[in-house]
Amino acid sequence: MISENLSAIFYLISGVLFILALRGLSSPETSRQGNFFGIVGMVIAITVTFLSTGNFSSGFAYVLIFLLIGGLIGAFIAYKIPMTAMPELVAGFHSLVGLAAVFVAIAAFLNPEAFNLGSLGDIKLGSLIEMSIGAAVGAITFSGSVIAFLKLQGIMSGSPITFKGQHPLNALILISIVVVTYLLCSTQSSNFFWILLAISFLIGFLLIIPIGGADMPVVISMLNSYSGWAAAGIGFTLENTALIITGALVGSSGAILSYIMCKGMNRSFFNVILGGFGATEQSSSTGSKEQKPVKSGNAEDAAFLMKNASSVIIVPGYGMAVAQAQHALREMVDTLKKNDIKVSYAIHPVAGRMPGHMNVLLAEANVAYDEVFELEEINNDFANADVAFVIGANDVTNPAAKNDPQSPIYGMPVLDVEKCKSVLFVKRSLSPGYAGIDNSLFYKENTLMLFADAKKMTEEITKNL
Amino acid sequence: MEIDPFIFRLSIFILSIFIGYYVVWSVTPSLHTPLMSVTNAISSVIIVGAIIAGLAGNSENIFSISSTFGFLAISLASINIFGGFLVTHRMLAMYKKKKKDK
Repeated sequence: MISENLSAIFYLISGVLFILALRGLSSPETSRQGNFFGIVGMVIAITVTFLSTGNFSSGFAYVLIFLLIGGLIGAFIAYKIPMTAMPELVAGFHSLVGLAAVFVAIAAFLNPEAFNLGSLGDIKLGSLIEMSIGAAVGAITFSGSVIAFLKLQGIMSGSPITFKGQHPLNALILISIVVVTYLLCSTQSSNFFWILLAISFLIGFLLIIPIGGADMPVVISMLNSYSGWAAAGIGFTLENTALIITGALVGSSGAILSYIMCKGMNRSFFNVILGGFGATEQSSSTGSKEQKPVKSGNAEDAAFLMKNASSVIIVPGYGMAVAQAQHALREMVDTLKKNDIKVSYAIHPVAGRMPGHMNVLLAEANVAYDEVFELEEINNDFANADVAFVIGANDVTNPAAKNDPQSPIYGMPVLDVEKCKSVLFVKRSLSPGYAGIDNSLFYKENTLMLFADAKKMTEEITKNL
Repeated sequence: MEIDPFIFRLSIFILSIFIGYYVVWSVTPSLHTPLMSVTNAISSVIIVGAIIAGLAGNSENIFSISSTFGFLAISLASINIFGGFLVTHRMLAMYKKKKKDK
């Protein structure tokens, strides 16, 4: 058994290692080292916890068994999961953090002696408040992430679910969470604790159902943030520095990612959270109801255009992930490069279903990360490029965001694809994108539409190059 | 008058938020997905609470309600720890620089 002070120091060390783990992600070269720091920090935290309780008699074997069960499941999932399913995986993992926070809070509430928090029915006020916050946020994280997971997995429809009186209901529940927490703290009654958990689960569910599929990058980042705050709440309860530091890091990390995602869509955080976007957006597309002529082509035309180009910019989107076309795409690019054509990739901040989604898929397909550029880095290059190859993206290229103040996406930063000499659009059909807005690019003189499955089309083009 | 230890924890918390703020802004956007999976893994350090709860059961009653919740939380958190770090490792291993050939 080691002293409280010594274990506190070790927890501090693991907290610092977690900071270094995030720091490592500032560049791909240092990132693997960062991940290693994270693992070391975790090993230290777990070992110190064992040593500080000094109780190796009764439950120790079971702790190891449950740890191993979880570890095996986790490792299995991590090895099996395809990279395209990363958003679902992360949402699923968030739900587990949330539920773990809830369980730890329940355990602490039922057996406060084990945590030095007082005794059952007489828990220290401060600890009880911290515990309630941790449990409530954990529960919200859990049910919210489960909904996000179901929507991403396609089990639940990605379209927003809205009903009348939704916002007042949510507000009412949020207020009642505060009231129940107050009652819990003043009466110490376990009934209020269970009620608190129940309504927190409910609000997590209600908060996420009105949010549409393409807003998932914001939702996932937000839930990431919540899982951090839940951990921090439990950290305060357990008086554990490692948990407090980590909770704060994760909480602010998720908040920043949500901010970046919102900015990428030019929407306020509240606009996203209140949901319903993309459900009934008809206003701006009404003007273009009549069929406009569209030039559609086949793989041969596309191959011809690209063969005669000297530089090509690829714009991938969620459609590429759905079609699993990243490998086929890279093969096409390899062929292009053999013909001395300069190829680069342009990634919009909200392309895909989570932050950095496209980058991971391209990395999986062996695309070097220094050929992949962010919106600000590459947007000026479109004017000098010969061909823009848009694969599975739509709204992020829509010029309406720049020149149509009526458009719901007006003001959103978009890739200046229309400045290219010619634009190739790989798309299944002419249907508008998620935002329900017509894309004027489809009807432009220099646009060639390639209606097909992204993967098949890319393979066809490669054959014709 | 002595300062409440809570204030010290609060100080750590607030300062860590600032550290997180600056550290996360310096993360390159192409690594935002690994950032999420690694934050997932490290937030599962909540396992320390679960272990304390799991070990708290006495020998006559290892599976008291409280320690059972502890055991379950251990499994949940360790799915995340192993899964999160491994999947991050898998992703980061794929980020390669352009080869200097040709």
